[in-house]
Amino acid sequence: MTALNRLLGIVSSLRLTVFCLAAAFVLVFVGTLAQVNHGLYYIQEQYFQSWFIKWSLTPDGFKIPIFPGGHLIGAVLLVNLIAAHIRRFSWTWRKLGIQLIHLGLIIMLAGGLATDLFSVSSYMRLKEGETKNYSEDSDRMELAVTELNAQDGDQVTTVPGARLADGGTLTHESLPFKMVIKGFFRNSDLKMVTQESGNAAASSNGAGARISIKSMPRATKTDDHDVMSAVLEILPNKDGKSLGTWLVSAAMAAPQDIEVDGRRWSLQLRAARYYKPYSLSLIDFTHETYPGTQTPKDFSSKVTLTDPTHNETRQVKIYMNHPLRYQGDTYYQSGFEPDNSGTVLQVVRNPGGHATYVACAVMTLGLLFQFIYHLTRFARRAQPVTAP
Amino acid sequence: MNRSIPYLVLLIAGLWLGSSWVSPKPKPNDFDLATFSRLPVLVGGRIKPLDTVARNSLLILRGKQTLRLTNGDKMEASRWLADVLFNAPVADTYPVFAIANQEVLGMFGWPQADKKYGTYAELQPYLQKIDEEGKLAADTDTKQRSPFQSAIYNLRNSLVLYQRLKESVHPEDATNFTAEINTYAAAVAACASVIKQGNAQPDKDQIALLKTSLARYESQAQGSYMLTVAPPKGGKPGDWLATGTALIRVDSPASIPPSVTAFAAMSDAFRAGKHEAFAQAAAAYAETLDRAHPDWTGRSTYELRFNRMEPFYQSMVLYVGAFLLACGSWLVCPKGLRKTAFLLLLLTFAVHSFGMFSRMYLQGRPPVTNLYSSAIFVGWGAVLVAIVLERMFRDGIGTACGGMVGFVTLVIAHHLGSSGDTLEMMQAVLDSNFWLATHVVIITAGYSAMFLAGMLAVVYVLLGVCTPLLTKDTAQTLTRMVYGVVCFATLFSFVGTVLGGIWADQSWGRFWGWDPKENGALLIVLWCGLILHARWGGFIRQRGLMAMAIGGNAITAFSWFGVNMLGVGLHSYGFMDKAFPWLVGFVIIQGGLILLSRLPASKWASFRAAGRRDLTAAGFGPPA
Repeated sequence: MTALNRLLGIVSSLRLTVFCLAAAFVLVFVGTLAQVNHGLYYIQEQYFQSWFIKWSLTPDGFKIPIFPGGHLIGAVLLVNLIAAHIRRFSWTWRKLGIQLIHLGLIIMLAGGLATDLFSVSSYMRLKEGETKNYSEDSDRMELAVTELNAQDGDQVTTVPGARLADGGTLTHESLPFKMVIKGFFRNSDLKMVTQESGNAAASSNGAGARISIKSMPRATKTDDHDVMSAVLEILPNKDGKSLGTWLVSAAMAAPQDIEVDGRRWSLQLRAARYYKPYSLSLIDFTHETYPGTQTPKDFSSKVTLTDPTHNETRQVKIYMNHPLRYQGDTYYQSGFEPDNSGTVLQVVRNPGGHATYVACAVMTLGLLFQFIYHLTRFARRAQPVTAP
Repeated sequence: MNRSIPYLVLLIAGLWLGSSWVSPKPKPNDFDLATFSRLPVLVGGRIKPLDTVARNSLLILRGKQTLRLTNGDKMEASRWLADVLFNAPVADTYPVFAIANQEVLGMFGWPQADKKYGTYAELQPYLQKIDEEGKLAADTDTKQRSPFQSAIYNLRNSLVLYQRLKESVHPEDATNFTAEINTYAAAVAACASVIKQGNAQPDKDQIALLKTSLARYESQAQGSYMLTVAPPKGGKPGDWLATGTALIRVDSPASIPPSVTAFAAMSDAFRAGKHEAFAQAAAAYAETLDRAHPDWTGRSTYELRFNRMEPFYQSMVLYVGAFLLACGSWLVCPKGLRKTAFLLLLLTFAVHSFGMFSRMYLQGRPPVTNLYSSAIFVGWGAVLVAIVLERMFRDGIGTACGGMVGFVTLVIAHHLGSSGDTLEMMQAVLDSNFWLATHVVIITAGYSAMFLAGMLAVVYVLLGVCTPLLTKDTAQTLTRMVYGVVCFATLFSFVGTVLGGIWADQSWGRFWGWDPKENGALLIVLWCGLILHARWGGFIRQRGLMAMAIGGNAITAFSWFGVNMLGVGLHSYGFMDKAFPWLVGFVIIQGGLILLSRLPASKWASFRAAGRRDLTAAGFGPPA
């Protein structure tokens, strides 16, 4: 019993709070500076959305944890807060404000953890006049195998890009062929094969026969993305005799066509798609600047939202600070095509998003209470404020 | 001390302030530029008086708002601009291009010097070379540029700005512009009537005139730095035109917009040296505009006054005065000097507030819209809290700290403002008065409180180590002040950060993205949380609190400027790199002060003779 009490004592101690705050401070500071060399997304993954920051002597060597990551510090702080709340909670007016602020903090930390784990962010690119019922996630790739001119429309089978990294052979019951992963590149650079360069072609068939491929280090800059590529060998199930290899790559806009048993398929490595039960079409994109300057004043997209299941068709204007919220998705004006012919909308699905707002409301109440309470005390010329 | 002395000091300060209200009298036999200076034009998306254009242009070109001629005479910015607009050959001989880089000076074969102010005429032979080198530098990433490349790049931009200024009212080489446009408009009308009557062949000479004129006005419109042609009554800011554009649309002499004829009249009178005619043309045009657009001319007249007053410069000087008087009050004549210092601080704060609210009125925005205005606001907020502290404790410490923080932040603002118009238009993502008024203002108020707490802590350390003035009571008062101000800073930084998260969630779709600017704000919140919890847990006492508050200075400076220098992230609307050495220096000084606070009690002038209990409270030795 005493051991448990001691443990509870440590878990709920102010010393642990101070330790967590100090660790969080160091983590955020180092994590901010490290962004200069490694870019925002890599650091976010390695420092803030991880349990430990790991380090190794050589690039591929064994990684040892050297500092707690964002998730660990957040989780310990969360446990510390809850334990302190339980142990020291007392119903007095004097402490109500502080209690509410910390309760709000608990909700915020929990919500933040949920957002990190469950929220999905993707993009929808629309040209004027174009209609789409899916958004794309450029951080996640997928291999789409589409049967062309099938009896009941195009049949698509998708394989997550991460699966390609594992190598081996891909099979699916709907496909009469196997795909053997002959090469995989998380980030790559494609070049046309020329006589001078003398580089080898990436694959025996398709566009890859004229393209050479080079493996590249992971992209680190904020606006850069990895260009994933893979080389696939096609083996029909019937006789198992190789039809040759094909190159698929995020850098290739056109799909690669193959023919097996007189039926035709296209292969494409593309940004993962999230299909919606409704569609958006872009009517007009406008980009205003201040008179006599190039400084942007406003971007806005006029879209038509069509939802057959809810019998809904309406026009919506999406612009800076005014997103469209529909069916759990939120659409933000994010960017535009260089020639102003189309728009880029960011699509966010965040089930934990409401927690933040609840947390803010609770904390605002706590802060207001604390402020008013101390103000009235001060006005009554009570003794000086002491720490809670 | 005589009771009237505080008011006497205040009166002197007031007289000095008031002197800037008086419009400068034109010299006899020179142009009266008072009316000219307040005429509105549109530059950078904003309607502003010519005086502002003149000051900002000179600031960009030579780093100062006034011009010093080779013979040592001072020239007002608006007078310089009048020469540039109307009489370019004369303006070309003014030394306005500041060049400090030795390699650039060497490129022109000029002697090595600290800094040289070159004239356009001197630079003319090298224009092509500067253009080529400057283009090369422009293609290099800002961070990769050598000092030579940065210098040549800036010089090229300065030359482009200057050339565009010269084209602003009319083509640079115009000699009698009134006659020129009348001939042109008459030719347009004549050709049009000939075609209307069915004769297909208008006069050949007139067609040739129109051809050259149209090309000439087209190129003027493209080169022009400002839009000088105001729309007719009821027009919007987007309807302003360049002279050339307006002239291309003309169909008869009567249809030339009044702005064009007025500027043409001013220009011709100016070149001819006719002081009377120039003043009359300017006054007539100002009156026309006053009738058509009272709102625009009202603002631009106000802005001219604001420019002349230079309230932030005045505040800078007076803050130093308040600081020195407050420090003096600890040595001699405590009561009288303290009161004088406090009254002076109040007066200065009023001037500072006037400047800040004037900017808000001119821009129609909340106080903080860019780094420059954030510096103005940080100082303002810190002085406000310092005034409250002084009222509560009446010991001169609040006044001294307020004066110091006010002075330093205004110096910072002065340097941040050297890149041109500080009332510039906002990037699209920031275009929201609601969030600017809440998130940005609150988080900046948090910076104010952090710096004030840090300054109070510096006073504690310096008074304690260097002087015997830090008595037990003073130490306790300072501790209460720092603790209170840190609480205030925690509240504001935290609320500001959360509001920023909500704004980000509204406009980018995520509450938190670990972007450097967001992390900077979080660092302040974490540091404040650390101070408060460490204090509540008894892990730190007086000296620990002071050391951490001084550390807060460094962290706040990092959050305010440091993260902008990293060059990553979405908050890319306030980048700057020149200030890096200053930031490093500031952080090192804070580190030194923290080390100073760790000295043993025997090295503190104030604690040498203190008893054991006082030492324990201050944070020396084991806790009681």
